[in-house]
Amino acid sequence: MNAPASFERSQALKGTREKLVVIGNGMAGCRAVEEILARDPERYEVTIFGAEPRVNYNRIMLSPVLAGEKRFEDIIINGQGWYDEHGIALVAGDPVTQIDREHQTVIAASGRVEPYDRLLIATGSDPFIIPVPGKDLPGVVTFRDLDDVDKMLAAAEAGGEAVVIGGGLLGLEAAHGLNLRGMKVTVVHLMPTLMERQLDEAAGWLLKEELERRGQAILIGADTEAIIEREGHVAGVRLKDGREIPADIVVMAVGIRPNIGLAKGAGLEVERGIVVDDHMVTSDPAILAVGECVQHRGACYGLVAPLWEMCHALADGLTGEPSGYAGSVTSTKLKVSGIDLFSAGDFSGSDGSEDIVMRDAARGIYKRVVVRDAKVIGAVLYGDTADGNWYFDLLKRNEDISEIREALIFGQAFASGGALLDPNAAVAALSDDAEICGCNGVSKGKVVACIAGGAHSIDAVRAGCKASASCGSCTNLVESLLSITLGEGAVEAGPKTMCKCTSFTHDDVRRLILEKELKAIPAVMQELHWTTPEGCASCRPALNYYLLCAWPGEYADDEKSRFVNERMHANIQKDGTYSVVPRMWGGITNPTELRAIADVVEKYNAPMVKVTGGQRLDIFGIKKEDLPAVWADLNAAGMVSGHAYGKALRTVKTCVGSEWCRFGTQDSTGLGIKIEQMTWGSYMPHKFKIAVSGCPRNCAEATIKDFGVVCVDSGYELHVGGNGGIKVRATDLLCKVATEEEALEICTAFIQLYREDAIYLERTAPWIERKGLEWLKSQLFDDPETVGRLARRFRFSQKFWQVDPWANRAGGAHRELHSHLAEVRPLKLESAR
Amino acid sequence: MIGKWLDIGPVTQIEPGTARTLPVEGGEEIAVFRTMTGDCYALVNKCPHKQGPLSQGIVHGAVVTCPLHNWNISLRTGEALGEDQGCVPTIPTKVDGGRIFLLREAVLNPRSKSRAA
Repeated sequence: MNAPASFERSQALKGTREKLVVIGNGMAGCRAVEEILARDPERYEVTIFGAEPRVNYNRIMLSPVLAGEKRFEDIIINGQGWYDEHGIALVAGDPVTQIDREHQTVIAASGRVEPYDRLLIATGSDPFIIPVPGKDLPGVVTFRDLDDVDKMLAAAEAGGEAVVIGGGLLGLEAAHGLNLRGMKVTVVHLMPTLMERQLDEAAGWLLKEELERRGQAILIGADTEAIIEREGHVAGVRLKDGREIPADIVVMAVGIRPNIGLAKGAGLEVERGIVVDDHMVTSDPAILAVGECVQHRGACYGLVAPLWEMCHALADGLTGEPSGYAGSVTSTKLKVSGIDLFSAGDFSGSDGSEDIVMRDAARGIYKRVVVRDAKVIGAVLYGDTADGNWYFDLLKRNEDISEIREALIFGQAFASGGALLDPNAAVAALSDDAEICGCNGVSKGKVVACIAGGAHSIDAVRAGCKASASCGSCTNLVESLLSITLGEGAVEAGPKTMCKCTSFTHDDVRRLILEKELKAIPAVMQELHWTTPEGCASCRPALNYYLLCAWPGEYADDEKSRFVNERMHANIQKDGTYSVVPRMWGGITNPTELRAIADVVEKYNAPMVKVTGGQRLDIFGIKKEDLPAVWADLNAAGMVSGHAYGKALRTVKTCVGSEWCRFGTQDSTGLGIKIEQMTWGSYMPHKFKIAVSGCPRNCAEATIKDFGVVCVDSGYELHVGGNGGIKVRATDLLCKVATEEEALEICTAFIQLYREDAIYLERTAPWIERKGLEWLKSQLFDDPETVGRLARRFRFSQKFWQVDPWANRAGGAHRELHSHLAEVRPLKLESAR
Repeated sequence: MIGKWLDIGPVTQIEPGTARTLPVEGGEEIAVFRTMTGDCYALVNKCPHKQGPLSQGIVHGAVVTCPLHNWNISLRTGEALGEDQGCVPTIPTKVDGGRIFLLREAVLNPRSKSRAA
């Protein structure tokens, strides 16, 4: 590759040639020299300074060295012979400490002074060390050079436990190596997604699952507070949430920082990196810079491909044929054996971009291609990366993909297949024996027979022959078969799908959450082949509800997937302030509560306080910053959240009943309070209102509530499905019971049935209209055991939800939701923080 | 000397998939977003529809859904997506050394589709 120049000849030319001094004996520095030599071997007399006492090696191959897949000798790029052959003076182990631009010299640590005509800075980057106590302890290492690898290997020799801080590319490669070397490895990652710069939530989740299967512990959303010391050596890591993880070695791999110290000291223009133009020239025309230390058009790079492109442009410039560097589009692959993962370009979901997603849960595959204006702008592949380079190529060449849009996600082989371009044609070409649905083993012949037998919609096919009824990944194939068999126009639309992110209905999703034991939102999205990476504002809250209903005590509530009111535990108003409704059990209050409410209204200047239709008081105009203090004051008077903001049990409205009213037949107030104490805190598909009236005059308006009790002389009439909203609906009489105990038991059973069966955001009225009163009665009463079973499930769930959310917030939980990031005051901007 | 960029503190103050607010005295309150993939964006905290506080919406990808009437707003351009029409000013943002920086002049004087950086 390099035109060889004999050593003697180069010696003879010394003194007549321009002196090029290179600071940095790493990948960028040496590659730049190689490129220059290849163009004009006699132009420069080259001196290379390196901080490490060894020849030039391939830094990105340190991971395989750590994993034991390669030896150091295998990753040397240029041995001593290369330097000798080209007459390059290598000054290894004597780092440059200063650049004197006036005299055009560099000064090394040993005091050595070297003059230059052209200076090339290739100082690369330094690992970023998070500033926590214990960061300098013996046993805390970074993952940057061979010395770091040696330290890790020495630790692995002794066995024991390792903590890797940072779940990015480098951290995961370090964790993989240490794991293979027999250490018990825990990865501590600040973000909710591994490799979040390169992966989206879905691919990050698959990666996490796989690494956990391999025995690594992965802690996400974990913020390191300190590194723990014992006897002068690292002993573990403590997280901000109090958890401690023992460790014999801690690897810090949280990121890199361009090494700009020398350039800054010399007064060159630096920002995040050393600022260079398209020819890699710094603000001083005699000084160039290349590699991870530079900032070009605002971008710094930490991958190897851009570095090659920079060196190319640099060498062109230095040999008199400037070409210019226009920035790089990068792609990533993780060097962990057995894990196929690829990402490139932009996949953050930008404007006008469209995601094409394909998931295959059975094979652990996730593919996402991001398209904008008929161009590929990004791709994330997990499990099958065979087409990674093809997508990357389409992306770099900015190729118009409108012609192959339909088949793009199936990969190059399919998309380029000419006649197979039409997915319907591809399906039509399949034999009758071809398997369509892998989950349920349904062949094409069976699906076609099912369609011919009268199944004219996806849903009918699912019901008829089970094809696409489990994971849904063959939905496209079944749709194709429907339109081939019936003709495009004759395919009937099935019930509405949950949202545009999935082909499943709400009922399907709920059934599959239970069947497949899915216990996290990303798990549902992967297993059920969501067509978007993170879902949308419509399916996320629904999934969050379905999961918390299905797995009480196990599922961790995802506040990010809650609507604002449920996240803030108050009702947002049009001006962005909130209203606060404390619970008043059965609508009964007392002087202490009223005084506390009055005090809050005055103390926080609430502009209005209103009596609600649910027999409580609503305090308006509270700022989000004041909410915790308001709640603390209300808590102090014994009041808890009224959940007036939730898809949850709202109020139990009562009349005064037999205790005061001359018509009262039962203690309606007492029963209302009992019901409210039993049901408060429970989340539902939609808001849920209850009322108890003491006689058929029905002063509590029980017959327009979701659940209403009308007391009569002989007992209690239980009514369901009433609504006083947009469409008024009077209740249906469910049954009549003789005792309070029975009324309470049936109330809980009805609520639980509604919680488990209704669609998210469906009130009881439309739910009962949809399912029918007879269905409801049959569900509850056909089997005498059912009411008890439902009630038990409800009571179990309540164990986890009857916790006052206001008290948590008043006690300091989620302070970030109730405070500003900072405040900006013009004229005093420097003190903004 | 007053710098071009305003340091508003460490990125860890904003949980991914959420936003926090930055009031500006005499100016418009700003919502600073962090997506699930860790990217930061800043917009004036007012939906172009009825001035709803965008900081309180659900974030999915680089889009926020307004908490008042479910308009979807692009975090990149501030434009309403889909059928809705409207645009909220964006503030150029960068993350450096684990800290968030907003373009000072845009913080003080936000403009629609400001691309001064």
